[in-house]
Formats: sequence, structure tokens, C-alpha cells
Amino acid sequence: MSLLDIEALNLRHGLLEAVRDFTLSVAEGETVALVGANGAGKTTLLRAIAGAHRPSAGTISFDGVDVTRVAAYRRVQMGIALVPEGRRLFPALTVEENLLVAAQRRRPGRWTVDTVIEAFPMLARLRGRRAATLSGGEQQAAAIGRALITNPRLLLLDEVSLGLAPLAVEDVYRSLASVIAEGATVVLVEQDLTRAAAVADRVVCMLEGRIVLEGAGSELTREQITEAYFGLRRSQALDA
Amino acid sequence: MTWVNDVIQGVMLGGFYGMLACGLALMFGLMRIINLAHGDIAVLGAYLIYVVLEHWNTSPFVAILPVLPVMLLLGYLLQRLLLERSLRSGMLVPLLTTFGLSIVIQNLLQQGFSPDVRSLGAQAGSVATASWQITSQLSIPAIGALTLGVAVVIFGGLQLFLSRTHSGRQMRATAQDPDTAELVGINSKAVYARATAIAVAIAAIGGMFLAIRSDFYPYSGPTYLIFAFEAVVIGGLGGSLWATLLGGIVLGVAQTIGGQINPEYPVLAGHVVFLLVLLSPRGGLVNLRRATA
Repeated sequence: MSLLDIEALNLRHGLLEAVRDFTLSVAEGETVALVGANGAGKTTLLRAIAGAHRPSAGTISFDGVDVTRVAAYRRVQMGIALVPEGRRLFPALTVEENLLVAAQRRRPGRWTVDTVIEAFPMLARLRGRRAATLSGGEQQAAAIGRALITNPRLLLLDEVSLGLAPLAVEDVYRSLASVIAEGATVVLVEQDLTRAAAVADRVVCMLEGRIVLEGAGSELTREQITEAYFGLRRSQALDA
Repeated sequence: MTWVNDVIQGVMLGGFYGMLACGLALMFGLMRIINLAHGDIAVLGAYLIYVVLEHWNTSPFVAILPVLPVMLLLGYLLQRLLLERSLRSGMLVPLLTTFGLSIVIQNLLQQGFSPDVRSLGAQAGSVATASWQITSQLSIPAIGALTLGVAVVIFGGLQLFLSRTHSGRQMRATAQDPDTAELVGINSKAVYARATAIAVAIAAIGGMFLAIRSDFYPYSGPTYLIFAFEAVVIGGLGGSLWATLLGGIVLGVAQTIGGQINPEYPVLAGHVVFLLVLLSPRGGLVNLRRATA
């Protein structure tokens, strides 16, 4: 059975339709990468799954329960965690406080402040530092840790490599790989197509709020994705 | 020596203003609500203590004990029933709501207690009048020292609460980024209600000192709201809590020194310092811009 079921979802920003008639199922343990140009609706979609954006139509079900109208903070308790775009740590709180704030309503599981710091060793010496003083890579590690500490069943990652030095991206993905290998269900947005295809079981390409291409990460070619990404041969992409 | 005396009196008066400003700063820092009914809530606290004293012959410092839980509850309900709804419609609506609430409280107090001027100074006993004579020109009134002491305890306690407890951490996180706070499992509405409850209860403590230091009547609130608001702005909106207490002290010292220059000047001197801070390039206005950015 699928863990996440999105049915005919419509998301708006005022008059703008960011996501249109979107249907997607994610199985337990699956890793799905959402790719697409800026403005394709990826971030809005992740925020809607996390409960931070109210859909104008359609339903979102999590583990068989309709959560479309459930508040974001309750979804965290149900096991949905989002690592937001731009990391969004609480700047004046220390790294440890950022983790503790999220840990307060954590579900039972293996992630605690200590295990998060084990998984992201760079955080060990930063525990007492204010989040605002961290480098981009360090902030990203803390932001992922803050999501993991709630012990999510579904982890949503929004552009974790955005604005990071290549080495920092390597670090972040190396840590993520172990999380994914443990069987976590992950939906991630990633601009780097090669990385998206490598890390994900399935790649979903969005254009103007719709799915234009979908396939196993190992099977789709870079050219197919690029064409769908820019909407070059939309009809063929839809056939694929 | 009179100047030293003025500064000391001003610092103690500042403790009182800081106490009144504390809840105002807490609500603004967390929710960006400027509570125009804050002064009236303090006066309401004073009236509730007055009611307790009518039935129970004791000191106001004891009579406030049953009042505090009532004020906590009132604050919680105020947020849940009124301000939470107003906040959905943007920044301006809570301002109008609290403006209306201010008028409602004033009129209800007038209805219930008549426009008579009252004071709790007599019931407070010797604390209200005692003082320590240090030199011929320097004396420290007991009530002033007590006010400042209680203010320091309130600010220190609130600071400890915010930095050490789960609930306090949630408040700081929500103040910095309410959207993300929800995404890490914080129920921001509950956090807001708790903060308003605390703000209203602290206002009642301020109201108690108001009623002991001077007299009060149903329309006393707005005057004290202005002093509290000036203390918050002088301290720097969106700054730390201690800055608000410091802002209160600056205002208190300005008022006593103004009063020394000319007995008609205390309030004017306070306003002038407030305006100077507001106009200075690195003063309150800068912080105001940063806070609302």
C-alpha cells in the first residue's frame, strides 16, 4: 500500500495555479525525486504535503488517512517532516535548540539529538552556536537533522543542495544516503538532474504544475528529462 | 546630590514602567500585536485586587495571588477568542480589536465600580510609605525598591522561562519564524495563547503597583499604556527583554530629572527622550524597521 496518495490536487497562489490536477502515489520505502524548472510547482507541492499550503481542490492521504485539512504541526506528529527550501533554521536559536524544538513532539524512533549529531558529525562542535552563524552546508545539515529528529515516516527535502559548495553537497548527500538506505520514504526536489536520477527510485518531472514525465531513475535518460524539463516535446514526453 | 537622588528615584520608577511594558513587548515580539488595551488590562487587574480586598482584609500583595490565575485565564481566552481571529486578517485588525477592547474595559469598569478614584496604598500598609534615609538629600522609598526588585524578578524569570524551558523555546522559535515553527510540530496558536496569558498576568502585577503607588479610576489605562509603549520603543522594538526594562528605566530617569528642572515637566521630558530615541539613526526606529521587515 502506498504511504502517500495525492489525488487531483490543485494548489493556488492567489490567481496563479501553481499545481494543477496533480495525482501521485508514493510507496513506503520509496524515494521520489521531483524535478522541473523554477515555477513548476515543486516547492508548493512539498509545502502542501507538509500542511503549510492549503489546497484549493483535491485530497492528500497519508497512510490511508485523509490529511488534506490537518494542520501542519499535527502532520509532524503523524510522521511527515519537511526540510524547507532555504533551510529556514531559527536564526537566534542554537543548533541544539533548533533540534530540541523539533524533538518536543517527536515520534518514538531512533533519532534523538545524539543520533542526529552522530549522523552529521560536523554538528558536534556547533551544538552551542547560533544557527545564523553557521555556513550553508552546516545549516543544511542542521535543517535535515531538525526534520529527522521528529522520526518521520515521510521525509520531504526541498532543494537541499541549493546555494551549497560542491563539497558541502557531497557531505549532505552522503549522510542522506544512509537515511535512505535504512528504508525511509523520501520525496525530494533537486535541481541537479544527475544526482536526482542517482538517488531516487523514481523521477517525476513537473512542468507548469503538471507531471510531464515519470519513470525509474535508472531508466530515464538525461535527454528525456531535459526535454520534459523545458517542455520541448511535450506531447512525446506525455506519451513516455 | 539631588541629581543622584533623582536618578535613583528614576531607576525605581523605571522598574514600574518596565513591568508595565513587559507584557506589551512580549506580545509585540511574538505576534506583532500592539495591545492598545494593555494599560486597561493593568487597571482591570488593580480592580480585581480591590474586589478581593473588599472581601478579605489583607494586603494587596496577598490579594493578587487569587487574581493572577484569573488573569492568566482571561489572557488565554483573549487570545483564543478575539486576537487569534483578528490576526487572520492582517496587522491592522488586531490593533483595532485591542482599541475596541480598551474602550469596552473602561466602560465596564465605570459601570461596575463607578468613576470614583481609588487607591490601594492604604491597604499596602507601611510598605507604601516607609523609606530608608541614606543622607539628608537621599532617601530610598521601600515601595520603589520593591517595585524595581519585583520588575527584575519578572524580567529574569521570563528570560529563564524563554531560554530554559520547552515552552519558552517554542515561543522564541515561533517569534522568529511562525511558518517554519508549524513545520517542526509547534502549534503556534497554543503558543500565542500561552504568551498572551503570561502578558496579561504580568500586566496585573503592574496594575497592583500602579494602585499602591498612586490612585486609579476606570480611565487610568491609556496614560500608562503610553508610558509602557515608550519604554518598549526606547528599549528597541524586537530587542531583548532586558532592553525593555532598560527602556523603562531611561524613561523613569528622564521623567524624574524633568520634574527636578520644573515640576510641570516630568511627562514632557519622558516624551522628549522617547522622540529623540525614535528619531536617532541607531535608535528605536531602526529596530522598528528591522522588527517589521
